[in-house]
Amino acid sequence: MGLDKTQGRVYPPKPRDVYLYATCLVDQFAPEAGMDTILLLEREGIRVHYPESQTCCGQPAYSSGYPDEARAVASRQLTIFPEPWPVVVPSGSCAAMMRHHYPQLFAADPLLLARSQALAERIFELTEFLVHVVNFKQPDYGSDCTIALHTSCHARREMGSHETSVALLDSLAQVTVVQQARIEECCGFGGTFAMRYPEISEAIVSDKVAAIQATSAERVVSADCGCLFNITGRAARLDEIAQLDTPSLAGEHIASFLLRRTSKATL
Amino acid sequence: MSQVIHFHPDADFKARSLAAVQDPGQRKNFRGAMDFLQDKRRVQFPDQLELEGLRDIGSAIRRNSLARLPELLVQLETRMTANGIQVHWAATADEANAIAIEIARRVNARTIAKGKSMVSEEIEFNHAMKAAGIEAFETDMGEYIVELAGEKPSHIIMPAIHKTKQAIAALFAEKIPGVAYTEDVDELIKIGRQALRRKFADADIGLSGANFLVAETGTICLVENEGNGRLCTTVPRVHIAVTGIEKVLEKLEHVLPLYSLLTRSATGQSITTYFNLISRPRQPGEKDGPEEVHLILLDNGRSQAYADEQLRATLQCIRCGACMNHCPVYARIGGHAYGTTYPGPIGAIVSPHMMGLDATYPLAFASTLCGACVEVCPVKIPITDILVRLRNEAQARPETASLRGSGAGRSKLASAFWAGWTLVYSRLKVYRLTSWLLSRGHALSPIEQGAWTYSRTALKPAPKRLRDLLKDRKP
Repeated sequence: MGLDKTQGRVYPPKPRDVYLYATCLVDQFAPEAGMDTILLLEREGIRVHYPESQTCCGQPAYSSGYPDEARAVASRQLTIFPEPWPVVVPSGSCAAMMRHHYPQLFAADPLLLARSQALAERIFELTEFLVHVVNFKQPDYGSDCTIALHTSCHARREMGSHETSVALLDSLAQVTVVQQARIEECCGFGGTFAMRYPEISEAIVSDKVAAIQATSAERVVSADCGCLFNITGRAARLDEIAQLDTPSLAGEHIASFLLRRTSKATL
Repeated sequence: MSQVIHFHPDADFKARSLAAVQDPGQRKNFRGAMDFLQDKRRVQFPDQLELEGLRDIGSAIRRNSLARLPELLVQLETRMTANGIQVHWAATADEANAIAIEIARRVNARTIAKGKSMVSEEIEFNHAMKAAGIEAFETDMGEYIVELAGEKPSHIIMPAIHKTKQAIAALFAEKIPGVAYTEDVDELIKIGRQALRRKFADADIGLSGANFLVAETGTICLVENEGNGRLCTTVPRVHIAVTGIEKVLEKLEHVLPLYSLLTRSATGQSITTYFNLISRPRQPGEKDGPEEVHLILLDNGRSQAYADEQLRATLQCIRCGACMNHCPVYARIGGHAYGTTYPGPIGAIVSPHMMGLDATYPLAFASTLCGACVEVCPVKIPITDILVRLRNEAQARPETASLRGSGAGRSKLASAFWAGWTLVYSRLKVYRLTSWLLSRGHALSPIEQGAWTYSRTALKPAPKRLRDLLKDRKP
């Protein structure tokens, strides 16, 4: 950790085919982010394959201290990508789980370890893939807007995707990205942490919401749905308390934001 | 003050952390202090590559020392004995205190002047001395403040960081005879110093910790800013240093990179005001220095961490406190909420070995695993990996338990939940059915969703899953 995790990674040329590992959160709660990821990649001339047998990467159990349960779920994901194509993940957290923690999780089983290492080499977080493999460059058709970017801790510290998210947003001519206070601090979600210690989690996420709202950002964009749900869910609850009718802080997955800004038709 | 803590670990930690987050004044204090310390550290490491290089060196030195710990400890004892320093071994906190009491009785000591030492906090030294009729008093400013207030340190480097200058002003005016209330920080420091300096002259024993021990030279290294450490180790007739067995380094040249990493990471200083190297008692013809120097080497559970390949890295710590200064949880709840001598991320991973995992397992869960601590740790301890391991241990079945107190956090309810979760996400048919039901019933999803809706609006499943949208899309 510390330095950009993508440093030293050798990127393949732009492929004709990729797998999409959409994640359980996207499948159930934010399918539009998954759909927009597919459209973004297809526009670049890449065929996107969605293995229907995917479920969850296993991170919830892994980080909660249930390694056997995590292995039972994670081992199912090892076999669903038979072709040697890259696996694109629109979540830094799940990508970090599959790229860095699968080999730890399967360390005691030589066969599964070998499989997880082979898969880890093919795991790409979406913004990392767009910058380093796709060389994403699309015109910005939107009007001037100012946004805040929140990068999840795993994306930032294990995948180096803060830099790639910034690079993508900076490539949009009419988009200004603000620098909210303590931008690198966690949003307080932490998976089951938020369930186990809701009061501490609330204290952290409230500060995150306040930091973003202290800027002129019209919305918060993130490559991780977990953080987005946490931040916008807290903001919405604060709106309820203040009896506001319109949301004071909107959130959008970076795939949806990028697609919207670079598409003529949908604006 | 020193007292026996009876743990109902989960409920106790929850109650303390809740009280802390609900105290806006204290939250503001901690936030301000953490921002200040983070900025000071950042200024010290302008070059990211230099920092990474130094961390690699620091980590390598500590891992090398630990790999050879048994032989280095023997070498240290041999070297120190030859130098005239008396080395004592303590398996437990009680043994360490008993050794100090025995020395004090032999030299007829009534008072002990203490320099800053977290190990002395760990063994509740002051409490044990008081019970033996010996007065031990703090001479470090921060320690003096928490002692006056009847509290414990809330930070390993800055014990009184939870206190505002107003609180300290009120405390001094109340507790130090003849002192008027003032919020002038320089004046407050002067008042504290005057009260402290008077005591050195009378102390029979000086107690200190140790930042590093050097095996090849038999040297105790002491890093400090106030000069009280030097006074404690030179003015009284007897000097006792107490520290953990993990502090030993192979060579004198190994001290320098670690010292640099320590001061820059801890207080954002390129160097401290004082750096003491103590290798022997007063020699004939020397004008000052103690007649006797003792080193008490404490285990207190460290060998449990040492014996485990993964957990051994816990002992690499050089106690800089950067992990707590950068921890989003520590910044919200402060050090006292942890209920341990060592708070914050390092406290969560080191305390289980000292106090048992049964008493400390909630701390392993009191982290978002954000990795800010790992990023700043000067000796690259994989803190988040160790936290995950301790979570595994806390919930381990008896047959896989490997630490003192393993399995204490296991609950039937949680195990049942995760068994259900595993069923859903490892059986495709079950996942298809449950996720389909959730999306079809999205309009019926509950408004109350337990801890999630404690502070957020409810999560609503989408009416169609991604897999449904993709099916619709296909011709």
